[in-house]
Amino acid sequence: MKIMQLSIFAENKPGHLSAPCRLLAENGIDIRALTLADTQRYGILRLLVKEPDKALAVLKSAGHVVKTTEVLAVEVADQPGGLVKVLAALEGSSLNIEYVYAAPFGRGGKAVLIFRFDDPDKAVGHLRSAGITVLSGGELFGS
Amino acid sequence: MNETQPVFHPASAPDFVPAPLLRALQFDRLRAIVQHAYDHVELFRQRMRERGLAPADLRGPADVARMPFTTKTDLRDTYPFGLFASPLRDVVRLHASSGTTGKPIVVAYTREDVDVWTSVMVRSFAAAGLHEGDIVQNAYGYGLFTGGLGAHYGAEGIGATVIPISGGNTDRQIMVMKDFGVTAICCTPTYFLHLIDRAGQLGVDLKKLPLRVGVFGAEPWTHSMRRHIESVTNVHAFDIYGLSEIIGPGVAIECSQHDGLHIFEDHFYPEIIDPESGRVLPDGEEGELVLTTLSKWAMPMIRYRTRDITALVPGTCPCGRTLRRMRRIGRRSDDMLIIRGVNVYPSQIEAVLLEVEGTLPHYQIVLTREHGLDQMEVQVEVTAAVFSDRVGALEALSEKIVDAIERVIGIRIKVTLVEPQTIGRSEGKAKRVLDRRST
Repeated sequence: MKIMQLSIFAENKPGHLSAPCRLLAENGIDIRALTLADTQRYGILRLLVKEPDKALAVLKSAGHVVKTTEVLAVEVADQPGGLVKVLAALEGSSLNIEYVYAAPFGRGGKAVLIFRFDDPDKAVGHLRSAGITVLSGGELFGS
Repeated sequence: MNETQPVFHPASAPDFVPAPLLRALQFDRLRAIVQHAYDHVELFRQRMRERGLAPADLRGPADVARMPFTTKTDLRDTYPFGLFASPLRDVVRLHASSGTTGKPIVVAYTREDVDVWTSVMVRSFAAAGLHEGDIVQNAYGYGLFTGGLGAHYGAEGIGATVIPISGGNTDRQIMVMKDFGVTAICCTPTYFLHLIDRAGQLGVDLKKLPLRVGVFGAEPWTHSMRRHIESVTNVHAFDIYGLSEIIGPGVAIECSQHDGLHIFEDHFYPEIIDPESGRVLPDGEEGELVLTTLSKWAMPMIRYRTRDITALVPGTCPCGRTLRRMRRIGRRSDDMLIIRGVNVYPSQIEAVLLEVEGTLPHYQIVLTREHGLDQMEVQVEVTAAVFSDRVGALEALSEKIVDAIERVIGIRIKVTLVEPQTIGRSEGKAKRVLDRRST
């Protein structure tokens, strides 16, 4: 249920975002979701791709610093209160959300949020038992 | 780690000459080289005369301290050939330093000098356990820099198969290392660290290769770097010391005891001095290393101030070599930075980075002046080992480095994380300090 996310270190300078993106494009790797966490001096580009192992190898061999992290793709109702329902399911669990971002796709009135938990396995359990759908990589990328 | 057995190599015989004979040989050679320099180098003759000294006044080893020093400035002032003691037709080789500012310094070798250089490099490799049949990847830069050709002649001299790959093109280095069955490598320690990182990225496990010996020099490196190298590879790492002004690599090397570097004293006469007063210090005390070449004819160096801070190790080495040892170079006297009146050595920053990150990342110290106040920034290349997908973790890492540096030097400085391969490297040597305070 967990999905492999790639994070890439990029200095906060013009052109530094395009190098890894161009590399993925040249290797036919489609970026399905991304977010950029930025500070004044540098950023962390986090992205989801269908073939994370291939992307990892390509980026590493070009000398990029890349880290893989397990994240969860959670389906929420695309209406007011949808996110609150997910957060409510985690209350009292002592689970910590490190960060969350929205994937630019959804289906059937549902939106998809990408969560990074401190303990993803425990989070899957809590979400499932509250009747919330956690998508697999296959479901997310449609294969 | 693969223990290299200390096998006696015939080329090492002069390393074991009984100490009294070695002292006598040193002094004979010293007198001859001082006479040669006096006869042929105007600057030296002039300085001896100013002191009322002639070569004949050199009656015993104690008289060495009366002779004038030679400094790097002397080499610059007499650029290019002013300190040569042999006519150019007898000089078979010239090398030059990679001068970053102004003119480089030029050094010269007669055929005999090249032979001496080869012999000390052969003895260096022998001490590191190399022999016929080894396949040596020489990743020191070939060219005006002495590292490449010095190691090349030595490796050929010991009968190894030499791959003169020179520096750079890391992916090709790794391919050659793997495909040619390389057993030993020569390069700067920071370049080898880079090679290790790159091999990891390419999925090459260096532990599965026959690579067993590394001879690393041309810049100071630390015990922690050795530990790191020897834990992630099967390489037995040796520190080699040398400088172009004296001969190039091959002035001194560690034996398998790794308790100091044996100086090839039959060719290089070492002294340790107080860098302030110039007074000679006894063995065991730390000071500036001063070297006199005992058998270099094209360009003898009398009491050359190396600016390297070390000490001569008292006592004898269990390996049996009678050659005295010097401690590994931790810092150079001209490395010292003065920031807001505080003395700072790059090696202090390096020690902190090693401690915090567990391995030495590439870094650079950038000095600037804002509103009349010195500012110090340490730029650190992010490595896979410390990178995190969380901003908080990276901020905490910078903060931890800032705090640790403050504990050591007493100044709060700025730490900036930068992308890999963005800090400049030259000849494989790391350029540690960028001083922009005067511009």
